[in-house]
Amino acid sequence: MLKVESVTKKFSGLVAVKDLSFEIAKGQIVAIIGPNGAGKSTAFNLITGTLKPTWGKVTINGHDITGMQPYRIVTRGVARTFQTTSLFDQLRVIDNLMIAYKWRTKLGFWNTLLHLPSWKRYQERAFARSIEVLEFLGLTAKANNFIPTLSQEEQKRLAIGVAIVSKPQLLLLDEPTGGLIQDETDRITELIRKIRDEQGITVCIIEHKMQMIMGLADRIVVLNYGEKIAEGSPEEIKVNPDVIEAYLGGELNA
Amino acid sequence: MFTKPIHTKLLLGFLFIAALFLPLYVPDSYMFQIVITSLLFAIATSSMNLILGYTGQASLAHGAFFGVGAYVVAIMTKAGWSFWIALPVSGLVATGIGFFIGLFAFRTRGHFFAIVTLCFGVILFQVAENWIEVTGGQNGIFGLDSATPIPFPFFGPIEFSSQPAQYYLVLAVLLLTLFVLHRVVYSIFGLTFMAIRNNEELADALGINTFATKMVSFAIANFIAAIAGGIYATILGAVSPSAISIMITFNFLIFLILGGMATLPGAVIGAFMIPIIMEFLQFMENYRMLFFGALLVVVIIWFPMGFFGGLKTINQKIIAWRQSNTSEDSNA
Amino acid sequence: MELFLQQLFNGIMFGSTYAIVALGLTLVMGILHIPNFAHGHLYMLGGYITYFFITNLGFGYWYSLLLSMVILGFVGVVMERIVFRPLTGQPPINAFIAAIGALIFLESLALVIWGPQGMRIPNPHPQIIKMFGITMEAQRLLVVGGAAVLIVLLHLFLKKTTTGTTIEAVAQNREGAMLTGINVNRVSSMTFFISSATAAVAASFLSPIFILSPAMGAVLGMKAFIIVILGGMGSVPGAILGGYFLGLIEALGGGYISAEYKDVFAFGALILVLSIKPTGLFGKQEG
Repeated sequence: MLKVESVTKKFSGLVAVKDLSFEIAKGQIVAIIGPNGAGKSTAFNLITGTLKPTWGKVTINGHDITGMQPYRIVTRGVARTFQTTSLFDQLRVIDNLMIAYKWRTKLGFWNTLLHLPSWKRYQERAFARSIEVLEFLGLTAKANNFIPTLSQEEQKRLAIGVAIVSKPQLLLLDEPTGGLIQDETDRITELIRKIRDEQGITVCIIEHKMQMIMGLADRIVVLNYGEKIAEGSPEEIKVNPDVIEAYLGGELNA
Repeated sequence: MFTKPIHTKLLLGFLFIAALFLPLYVPDSYMFQIVITSLLFAIATSSMNLILGYTGQASLAHGAFFGVGAYVVAIMTKAGWSFWIALPVSGLVATGIGFFIGLFAFRTRGHFFAIVTLCFGVILFQVAENWIEVTGGQNGIFGLDSATPIPFPFFGPIEFSSQPAQYYLVLAVLLLTLFVLHRVVYSIFGLTFMAIRNNEELADALGINTFATKMVSFAIANFIAAIAGGIYATILGAVSPSAISIMITFNFLIFLILGGMATLPGAVIGAFMIPIIMEFLQFMENYRMLFFGALLVVVIIWFPMGFFGGLKTINQKIIAWRQSNTSEDSNA
Repeated sequence: MELFLQQLFNGIMFGSTYAIVALGLTLVMGILHIPNFAHGHLYMLGGYITYFFITNLGFGYWYSLLLSMVILGFVGVVMERIVFRPLTGQPPINAFIAAIGALIFLESLALVIWGPQGMRIPNPHPQIIKMFGITMEAQRLLVVGGAAVLIVLLHLFLKKTTTGTTIEAVAQNREGAMLTGINVNRVSSMTFFISSATAAVAASFLSPIFILSPAMGAVLGMKAFIIVILGGMGSVPGAILGGYFLGLIEALGGGYISAEYKDVFAFGALILVLSIKPTGLFGKQEG
């Protein structure tokens, strides 16, 4: 489904991502791992259009999306979350979700001003889908809450919900459990699995927590110094000597 | 999704009736004039609220668009056009100029956007001052007729030369403006404006074309500002460069900040109350602006949401407090 | 040719003023990341303070200039403390609005004390000098020379003294400087002192030539802003070069194209540059 071909990104001479190629097949959960500064987030930003690749190509279902603006890439079915939990903290929970659904509708100035039938239809559709996602997240009771009243875990769940409300084909998660304790991490892991199984969304995830990734991912791509050093199933990655060296041993067995 | 509680509806109904009967209680024509211009400022400030308060883009060209509206109406009615044609044209001209400015200005963000729009505003002022053949230069254009009467079957034409007629005209436009803004703000379409104000990068990542959305907000705001300016010109019967100066923008800014940014009533309260307060502070002469300048600083530091925003925050705190109480109950 | 030289000289003279004012502003903006939109109004106030000492108290020109410098420096410190410091961490738009409040306050203050009509400081150096076929008052030459000296002194201060290097370090990288344990609040106060004091000098240099008015700060403040944005926030060479550049564009554009639209050239240049490079000519690249 997603195909990354020899993508390279240079920042004023420094190579952040070098000749990166990998593929994500429909229905998989793929993890991108690597030590700090390995270029994982940069790779995400290159796929979602936040950064433009120096060269290389990104395609989704055969359509070239290289260098497109982020808002256009979303409409091709690629949604993302950010490392630092990003929500509209001045708005309510339900507003956050409806905003994310908006591009699926044809809501504009004139139908909003005149309350045309199309306006009513789209508003209702956005609302219904948002409520559906809230139920899926288990946050229905908080629909009218303002964001700062949510717990950290609730905010992380909602950020994922905001990304899937518009029914993307591929969801990119940037450290979705960062800063959470074990119990909370387990619940988020469960949520990610449910997103794949129940919503039919392919998932690509950046994580540090090895144990979680080994249990969750179908395939793993390992980056180090901006280059792919290994790719394979969790079992293959666990015994790969290059990976063990990059992590200075130990951590993988944790 | 966006329904109002019953007591708010009652209050709004009461205010509407009070506004209808206001002309009966205005002491003299001087005060009436101030009330009418305050309502005009309320229209322009409300529209500034859309771009600055709701969309988070500090357009400092807003007063200039007000002035553009005033000049277009003055030039066209002087050339013999009907006011009712000149007025929408003035809105369209301002929207067009705004679109051109936006092409440049929306490439920048934050302070830079404010500076670029300010520069465009000053350029428009200088054009008004120096393009003498069209704008009359420093003297401006004067001797304008009041709005063209509307022929009305059975009752005869509605004329706009008397103050009450002008008052109802301005009140109607204000209500129409608030209706438009209300529809926009309380919708998913309007939520995208607030999304951009809150976190532009996230809005972009969620499929919102931020450039186009800001442009639409800017266009609506500029159109309404020009309409207010156009009516201002006919009511005063004259227009001069002072109608397009940076002080107009600063005045709107004061009304908006003190009244309450990002709330529909705040802009109206600010624009309606402050000119009247200024009138009562007449004895202070130039000290008034000294006072309002200092007040602007105090309010933005201590009460950034202004007068109405303060009321709203208290209300939200109560709601949040209730929410946290009920959620504790459900956890138990 | 003579017209050209005359315009060139005028351009350099205005450019000197712009350079000094922009220099103060770039330090403030680089350090606090807030737009001190009232900087031009501090300049205006500096001119009036000098005027006050000369005309009302009968002080000499140079004493008045020195006093104006010190007094305005403290005005700047007070402004930073009560207007801008409480707003650190707030949305940037709030600081901008506060600055507009401050400038309305300063302009009204001048209006209340000195009235709307223009004032002129008696010219302390009215001698006429002829050079390269152009004639000029000695005061104009003083503006050019004095500005150059001031710029060199400021440059030495920023490069050679510990205080100066600290200020420049904070201006270029506030977060990094905080990590190294620099007291950013103290640096902010100091920077506001220097930037306001230099604005007072610029105003004192120029006001014997042009009349003082409460409204004169607005346009100058905008131009200083334009220079700072084009030259890069916090960049000292950017402000100096930008200042002279703008002075020359205006003098030549005003002399050869249109005197009425003189100010439009500056704004036009800004709009053009920002629309091509939204972070400014030498602005830091984001992302």
